[in-house]
Amino acid sequence: MSISLTTQDTATIAVRRLSKDFGRIKALADVSLVIGKGELFGLLGPNGAGKTTLISILSTILPPSRGEALVCGWNVATQQEAVRRSIGVVFQDPSLDTELTGEENLDFHGRLYGLDTRTRRNRVNEVLALVDLEERRHDLVNTYSGGMRRRLEIARGLMHQPQVLFLDEPTLGLDPQTRRRIWNYIRSLKDSFGMTIILTTHYMEEADQLCSRIAIIDSGVIVGLGSPDELKSTLGGDVLELAVPRPTEEFVQSLRSHASVRSLLLQNGSLMLTVDDGESFIPRTFDLAHDMGIRISGVSVRKPNLEDVFIKMTGREIRDEGIKEPKERMRIYRWGMRK
Amino acid sequence: MNLFFGTVYTLWLREVKRFMRNKSRLIGSMAMPALFLVVLGSGFSGVFRYQSDVSYVEFIGPGIVAMSLLFSSMFGGLNVLWDKQFGFLKEILVAPVSRTGIMAGKTLGTVTTSMVKAGVFLVALLALRLARPDPAGVLMALIFMFLISASFTSLGIAFASQMKDPHGFQLIMNFLIMPVFFLSGALFPLEGQPQWLTLLTYLNPLTYGVDGMRYALGASHAFSPTLSMGALVLFWACATVVGTVLFGRMAA
Repeated sequence: MSISLTTQDTATIAVRRLSKDFGRIKALADVSLVIGKGELFGLLGPNGAGKTTLISILSTILPPSRGEALVCGWNVATQQEAVRRSIGVVFQDPSLDTELTGEENLDFHGRLYGLDTRTRRNRVNEVLALVDLEERRHDLVNTYSGGMRRRLEIARGLMHQPQVLFLDEPTLGLDPQTRRRIWNYIRSLKDSFGMTIILTTHYMEEADQLCSRIAIIDSGVIVGLGSPDELKSTLGGDVLELAVPRPTEEFVQSLRSHASVRSLLLQNGSLMLTVDDGESFIPRTFDLAHDMGIRISGVSVRKPNLEDVFIKMTGREIRDEGIKEPKERMRIYRWGMRK
Repeated sequence: MNLFFGTVYTLWLREVKRFMRNKSRLIGSMAMPALFLVVLGSGFSGVFRYQSDVSYVEFIGPGIVAMSLLFSSMFGGLNVLWDKQFGFLKEILVAPVSRTGIMAGKTLGTVTTSMVKAGVFLVALLALRLARPDPAGVLMALIFMFLISASFTSLGIAFASQMKDPHGFQLIMNFLIMPVFFLSGALFPLEGQPQWLTLLTYLNPLTYGVDGMRYALGASHAFSPTLSMGALVLFWACATVVGTVLFGRMAA
């Protein structure tokens, strides 16, 4: 599949130099992005990176501070109603009425989007079948499990057959089984409805397996953009991980300056190298370590994954989830003790 | 236009469905007015000397109906905050419908459920012969009930739109709902009170609602029904405008 991203009419979403400030915090800084029709596009980044802020602006929940964003050609700041008619949103936080039944939640949604009685009835049946909730349709939502609620929210987002579907962390906190099922639904949506889908996630494998293109976002800035394979190939070669209990500055420097080493990251006694050819590089590493009197206690070589891409682009691991400073970690720990 | 009424109906339907489903909340919300009516009504009957032929229960009857309306309408409006807390407000605000339609539907839904609750007290008053209005009086009472409920629902929504989470409920309860109720003349006659108290009651919109209800139900009253109705309509209009504007600006 090739998508022309230069012509305006194939762009379902066009974002130009978009910024959002919350007081002095820059949640988004100068983000530009074009998403084509029928793409399954992923926004990948740690918590607090600005993914939800971007989705909120695109779905007219938040006004942008600066810049411009078009959804299906409509401006999110000035043509809100037209934007709202073309999109479906599945929010990160639950947004169901738990005192209504599953079917009533869907029916309410259909009414809000102006669907007539017959269309509503048909669509309710359709979407409930899609997410396997037909048997629980007459039960109150507060009797549903987390996974069922998530599926119902996805079903609700599809009720009015939007051109663009936003899924904010669709599988957050779900068990692996439910996650796989939801992935299958999302794939089938793209294939059978040709819907443009934008999903946010901080799960690497989710972005890797589902998305045709990914934007890696960190601290409100897009640091990488491309298909999962493209992103991985920017690292090139192999990822070599060495467990080195006591690395010296000299050892690290000599590795870093080696011709076939593309990048190097030192983290808690573990050295991560991206090299052209991992297998042939291993013996050289051991020779070098031997000469310098350094002990290597473990080694592994593998193909790069998105996690490696993320580490290279941002200099840290995604699972840090925003807690970067050891000081901050301590403070949280102490606070936890006092309770 | 069709879409507007569709929105109003959708929001109204949701309120009514939730109301019919939740029996415990219904009973809970009616307990306080019932307690006031029964306990205060009989407790003060011995010392109440207002008019020789009016018992204290008869006197506070219309005020208790107004109390029920005040409480359930304000809380109905403030319920927007629970929708915010549980995320459901986002679902509504991201839909391609006007905020005014949402506001109108929410208000009408709350007015409907509040009037059903207050209606139970009204029927009880009529059945126990504690009020003896003519049919036109009943109709007039219903109009006053609508105005009281619609005004305070809008006011509740106005407050809700300015608050972040439902933790401020208690504050609203203590510093707004209770004073409005106690200063409305629901529990004591308006005449012969100290000047400061009279001033406060006259500034309170619910006073006109309670007095209008008294007139409609054939009890003794302080103002002309035209004044009561006029004051209440004015308050209703202001509350609706303020509520609609503030809700329109509310962010999810």
